[in-house]
Order: sequence, then structure tokens, then C-alpha cells
Amino acid sequence: MQALREAARLLFELSPELVDIVVRSLRVSGSAVLLGILIGMPIGVAVGLGRFPGRQIAVALIHTGFALPPVVVGLFVYMVLSRSGPLGGLELLFTPTAMIIAQALLAAPYVAGITLAAVQAVPPDVRLQARALGASPMRALWTHMREARLGIGAAVIAGVGAVISEVGAVMMVGGNILGETRVMTTAIVLETRRGNFAVAIALGIVLLAIAFAVNLALTRLQQGRRPGEVGGSAREGKPAR
Amino acid sequence: MSLLRAQGLRRRYGRRLVVDVDALEVGRGEVLAVLGPNGAGKSTLFRLLLLVEAADEGRNLLDGREARPGDREARHRLAGVFQRPYLFTGTVADNVEYGLRARGLGRREREVRVAELLTLLGIESLAHAPVNELSGGEAQRVALARARAPMPELLLFDEPTANLDVTARRRFREDLARMIRTQAGAAILITHDPADAFALADRIAVMEESRIIQTGTPEEIVLSPATPFVAAVTGAELLGGWRVVACEEGRVTVELEGARGPGLRLAGIAPDVAPLPPGTPVTVAYRPEEVALALPDAAEVGACNRVPARVAALVPAGGLVRVRLEGDVDLTALVPRHGVEALGLEPGREVVARLETSALRVFPAR
Repeated sequence: MQALREAARLLFELSPELVDIVVRSLRVSGSAVLLGILIGMPIGVAVGLGRFPGRQIAVALIHTGFALPPVVVGLFVYMVLSRSGPLGGLELLFTPTAMIIAQALLAAPYVAGITLAAVQAVPPDVRLQARALGASPMRALWTHMREARLGIGAAVIAGVGAVISEVGAVMMVGGNILGETRVMTTAIVLETRRGNFAVAIALGIVLLAIAFAVNLALTRLQQGRRPGEVGGSAREGKPAR
Repeated sequence: MSLLRAQGLRRRYGRRLVVDVDALEVGRGEVLAVLGPNGAGKSTLFRLLLLVEAADEGRNLLDGREARPGDREARHRLAGVFQRPYLFTGTVADNVEYGLRARGLGRREREVRVAELLTLLGIESLAHAPVNELSGGEAQRVALARARAPMPELLLFDEPTANLDVTARRRFREDLARMIRTQAGAAILITHDPADAFALADRIAVMEESRIIQTGTPEEIVLSPATPFVAAVTGAELLGGWRVVACEEGRVTVELEGARGPGLRLAGIAPDVAPLPPGTPVTVAYRPEEVALALPDAAEVGACNRVPARVAALVPAGGLVRVRLEGDVDLTALVPRHGVEALGLEPGREVVARLETSALRVFPAR
């Protein structure tokens, strides 16, 4: 109980150290989600709508990415960015950029896999109909994606979920350096080990609150606000009245 | 010059040839119906003509110039309505202006055009309605307005009334006729329903098993079907199992195959110029509305085929009654309700079916 009271006090006081960790967490996770979307969404659309040899293997590989252990991704990024690795010269290890790369690699399979399912669920007639009305191939593709917006919104939400509470990979490639690479999850691990439960609880509450706020905002964006427009798939009309 | 001319169009799915059309054309201001049963390749032909699918062989000429699926200018001259009116998420107005946006029209012009079309179709009150609240008939009308909005030179429709109930179908046919009349361009209507084709088309192309087998005005198609299939698809009944007894100057006498001694004989006309040798197996086509019924003791009226029969069943068909007859040959007659009452028709009643020679078409059996 005392730890909870202390956590509440810390939250109300908003210590500069706490604010710094929260802001860095948002920057790293937000950038990682954006990068994950940039990587995962085109792959999801291409594999979802494309017909090419080896497509089923590509789908299976994307789905395998759902089970990717963060520490394995952390290890991979660590080896690539370490001094003796192929990108060691960039000196990115133990920087927020390394953390962003690792988290983006974790988010991308979720974004790709759920986008893939979303665009596949929209009947191909949507693109044909768009083309039949004079749309360019790009406009027709955009129309198709708009019809898949519920699923694509879910893909973004899953991507956020994959990174916002992730700790293993960022710990390995970021190093949890105070004022540089310490984020909420790594700080919670550290403070718990030190026995500073109040700080860990305060950070945990902030993390959950941010996760809820981000998901609420994305859900509102995904579901739309106007009544009667809920549900994203193209309509074929109800039976004639 | 024709607006759209298809030459040697071939499309295969795997080994199956689904479209094999040597020539098809539609002129400005003309409505062409492509009529055929399900599986004939009509929808594939629709996509090829609409330039949303590429043919394996052949080409489409638009005003004499070759048009391909990637040809932006050509695609902007066409618009199509699919069998299922696929409305995009948003409002009715959002959907109707889709093709206008694709052509880069400004907001003001789009609004004016959308309002005009919705008024023309009597759905202006639905402009801001989300499309998921529309009935099937309303959705089909919105799809019609959406295709018509960019004022394409050629409108194509794939089975536009297939998913509508009887009332919505009638209303939609009227809308379609009004829409086609108010535009200077041409229209191609793909349908399996002869009622759509006869109500709307200036010319009909009948399609069977990937090929166009006859093209002509509705009158030509009904009065001079080239094959039993064309006759059947336009509402005729077919009688199989006959053979030629004699053939003189297009007039053919046939009798049932396997008949021992003098059996039932019918006289009809053969559309083919070449005479049919005696013994040739043939199929006879007639239209139920051309079968007249009389009681057996009624006086003879002129020279025509007389087939004694017994009423098997009476099936109401709108304002008419479909009378199924059993006898040496089973026939169907379409009789007005008052005719049924006047003759006292009921199952089991003996009657004589009369068919003019000119109402029977005789085709060589396949």
C-alpha cells in the first residue's frame, strides 16, 4: 500500500526524470510503429493482393514473425550494429535509433500479417469496379485499402501492441542508459530489481494509460464517428424493399 | 462508324476458352444486348469490352483506334455497372462522384453533376445516406447514377437486374431506359433475361458457349432464330425427336421418330436455305403464345397443324395462363384468362392445339 501511495505521489509531482523517460518511450515506440507500418503495410498489401510463385511461403514467413521472440530480434540487431557487425561503422548500438530498428522489426510482421488478411477479405470486385469507373490502378488500390480500413486499423493497433510494452529487444540494443536510452519498460525492470517498487508502479500506470489512450484514439479513427458508417467493407445492398 | 468494335476476342482460363468472339460492335446511340445463359462467357466478355481485363487475343477498337486496358483516355470514355452494385464505404453522393474525382473534376462541378443525376433517378433525398442503409433496388440505382455521372460515351451493364425482385426490376428497367435515352452515347447490356434485352435493346447478340451465334434486331431474333438455342433463349419451346418426311421450298413436313406407320405429322418452315433431306433428324421450335387451343368439335379454321391433346396442368403466368398439354406430343400454350374460362379448361380436358405452319421452325438436330 505504501508503494502505491508513493507511486501516486510521484505521478502527481511529475519528476523531470519520469517525464524524460516517458517522452523518450513515446518517441522510440512511435517511431518504431511508423517504421513498422512503412515496412509491413506494403509487404502485407503486396502479398495479400499479389499472385506469384512462393506466395504461400511468404504468408507463412510473415505469420511466423508473430512468434518472433523480442530477445532474438534484439540479438540479431545487436550483431548487425555491433562494432564487428556489417553496420558497426554507423555506431548506432546503444542509441534510441537501434531501439527503434529493433522494435520496428517486431511490429512489421504484425502490421504485414493483419494488413494481408484485411486486404484479402475485401472482394477483388472492388478494384474492378473502381477501374470500371475510370480509376487509375493506384486510385483503385487506394479504394480497395479504404474498404479494408477496419482491418488495416487493427494492423496498426497490433503493431502498437507489439512495441509499446516490449522490453527484451530494447534492453539488449539500447542498454538502458539513463538520460539516453532508458524507456519506461527498461526503467520498470531496473527499479523493480533495485526494490524501488513505487517508481516501477508509477511507470507501469503511465505505460498502461498511454497504451489505452493510443488504442482508444486508433479505435475511434478505425471505427469512424458518424453513425451508420460503422463497418468498413464495401456494400452490395440489402435485399430490395 | 461503330463506337466500339471487338475483333477476334479470345480469353482462356487455363485450357478453357471462355470468350471466342469474332466480331461485335455497337454504334453511337445504340443499345446492344448480349443475351445468353449463365456460363456462356458473358461476364468475361463484359470485362474485356470494359477494358478492365486483357484478352489473350484480339482487340477492341474505340472509334477505330485500338484501346487497351492500360489506356487511360479510352477507359475514361467507358463506364460499367457490375452484377452486384459494389458501393464504396461512404454516402450515396460520395459514390456517385467517384468517377468524376477519377477524372479530376472540380468540387463545384461534381456537386452539380451529382445533384442532377440523383434528381433524374428520383433518389435526391438519399444523397447523404450511408450506402449500407440502402435497399437492393436503391443500391442498383446509385450504381447506375455512379456509372453515368462522368457521362461516358459507352455504358456497360452486367446483369443489372439479376439481383432485384420483380417490382425493383421493373422500376430499374425504366430507370435504365431513361438513363440510356438521356445520353448521346451507346450502351451494352449483358443479360440472361430476354425481358431485359427485348425491353431495352436495339440489337441483340445471342451468346452460347463463348461464341456469339446470332446478332440482329429483337424482331429478327424472335422471327428468324438461327438455331434452336437462339429460339429457346428468346422464349420458344423445343420439341426433339422428329425426322423430315418432305421438304419443299422451305416448307418442311416432319413426323415423330420411331413412329410405325402414319403417325402425327407437323408442317413448319426451315430457316436454312439448303433443303433438309427426308429422314434428317430435326428439332422443332414453337412459341407458346402462338399455340391456339380449341375444343375437339370446333370447326376447322384454315390449314394449320392440329394436335389432339389433354390438359395436364394450368399454371398462372401474370395476366396469362400457361397450359401444359399431354398427348402424342407434349406442348405448352399461353392463353389469356378469359380464354381458359371460355373453353372451360381444366386438367383432363380434351382439346386441339393449333399451330400455323409459319409458327413452327424446323432445325437440323445436333
